[in-house]
Amino acid sequence: MEEVKASMAGSVWKIVVQEGDTVEEGQDIVILESMKMEIPIAAEESGVIKELKVAEGDFVNEDDVLATIE
Amino acid sequence: MINKILIANRGEIAARIIRTCKKRGIRTIAIYSEADKDAPHVQLADESACVGKAPVNESYLNSEKILAIAKEFRADAIHPGYGFLSENDTFASLCRDEGFIFIGPKSNVIQKMGDKIEARKAMKAAGVPVVPGTEDAAQTAEEAVQLAGELGYPVMLKASAGGGGIGMQVVHSEEELVKAFENNSKRALSFFGNGAMFLEKKIENARHIEIQILADEHGNVVHLFERECSIQRRNQKVIEEAPSTFISDETRKKMGNAAVQAAKAIGYTNAGTIEFLVDKEENFYFLEMNTRIQVEHPVTEEITGIDIVAAQISIAQGNVLEITQEGVTMSGHSIEARIYAENPDTFFPSPGHISHVTFPRGQHVRNEVAIRSDYDVTPFYDPMIAKLIVKASTREEAIIRLKEALEVYKIEGIKTNIPMLLKVIKHEAFVSGNTTTAFVETYIKK
Repeated sequence: MEEVKASMAGSVWKIVVQEGDTVEEGQDIVILESMKMEIPIAAEESGVIKELKVAEGDFVNEDDVLATIE
Repeated sequence: MINKILIANRGEIAARIIRTCKKRGIRTIAIYSEADKDAPHVQLADESACVGKAPVNESYLNSEKILAIAKEFRADAIHPGYGFLSENDTFASLCRDEGFIFIGPKSNVIQKMGDKIEARKAMKAAGVPVVPGTEDAAQTAEEAVQLAGELGYPVMLKASAGGGGIGMQVVHSEEELVKAFENNSKRALSFFGNGAMFLEKKIENARHIEIQILADEHGNVVHLFERECSIQRRNQKVIEEAPSTFISDETRKKMGNAAVQAAKAIGYTNAGTIEFLVDKEENFYFLEMNTRIQVEHPVTEEITGIDIVAAQISIAQGNVLEITQEGVTMSGHSIEARIYAENPDTFFPSPGHISHVTFPRGQHVRNEVAIRSDYDVTPFYDPMIAKLIVKASTREEAIIRLKEALEVYKIEGIKTNIPMLLKVIKHEAFVSGNTTTAFVETYIKK
């Protein structure tokens, strides 16, 4: 199981996948917004989205888990 | 008379405005979000009030709350700084309707210059050259493709209501344009509430050179020469300097005159900046007008000796400009480096806790800052956390001074762009003055 983590503190601007979706390595999972910039967070491995741990608008810190992929 | 100013902003610009107010014996009111309660600008102001929660929509963009604070603390005037509500014509009107002096131009002028298509039309009518481009906004990708065909690729795709580089992209082909249009129009709609796009011919090897102007309410307009702002990343400026190494005295005069002429034609008042693109033959084209004080105003202050914030306040009080064009002179060379809390290689934001800061000091070193040791840089606002400005009698000396200052500047605990700034100013192309807007992507970005 792979954990998709936030690379910096910010808020969750958009979640672009749903639980159960099949994703490819490099595909965007969540778009964070930090310091007026949108930062896409991509999957590092291919798989199925098992769980989304955050909702749009949530505030996350660096290294917080955003989603898990199986 | 202005005895008390509310500063509707945060960060280094709020601190900068407070400094001039202190010198002039004007009292200041700071506003702050919950995330900013310990911010330097709050400590510097005479009085302060919380304006709301951390997100900008609930704080620094909340005009009603800001006006309520201005009333409660009996402000005479409101200084909007840059960003936030500074170019919001509705806010300027509201301030005036509530009986406050808004330190900026008239609302209708802010509105006109804020709409890029309207601004282009106004400049054309005033006889100022504009970049060849579309007269009307494109609402659909099909319209954009047709217009681009008439202009010829490459073209710059821009959001009609845009700013800060958002919704802007260089496009080389029809295929690219269709994709770029959808993406940027969507972004522009979510950021500015308006998805209209327009197209301009891409000026190759362009420099970004802008003219600072001051205009009083009695029809007097002067320019304070130019600033060269070609070093940019993500379409945002990183290093600015004055004067420009590139333009001749003749071009300088022409650009200054064009800026004054433009300001007069649109009935501009207060401090403003007209941005131009300059091609390698020194042809210049109107890009946009910023109807507020700019981040890079200090380099102009350094070479002219004019306090632009003080001039803004004086103009807003209805005073006649204290200077004439002949009285504006420049000496020496000044460079500003913007310090961003970001990864120096990827330019991604890097908020976090600053454990310790060591500022460079010296007679010709000016720090404009919004940070200190043991301080949190939050992810809610712009990544620019400080500005470093140096002055010297020549550009060569100014570069050396800037390099020395950047080498002692230490911000511990977060990543900053200081290593990137050093890379830029040590680069042969920068040293030789060969600074186009493509500098960072050509020489620096990995």
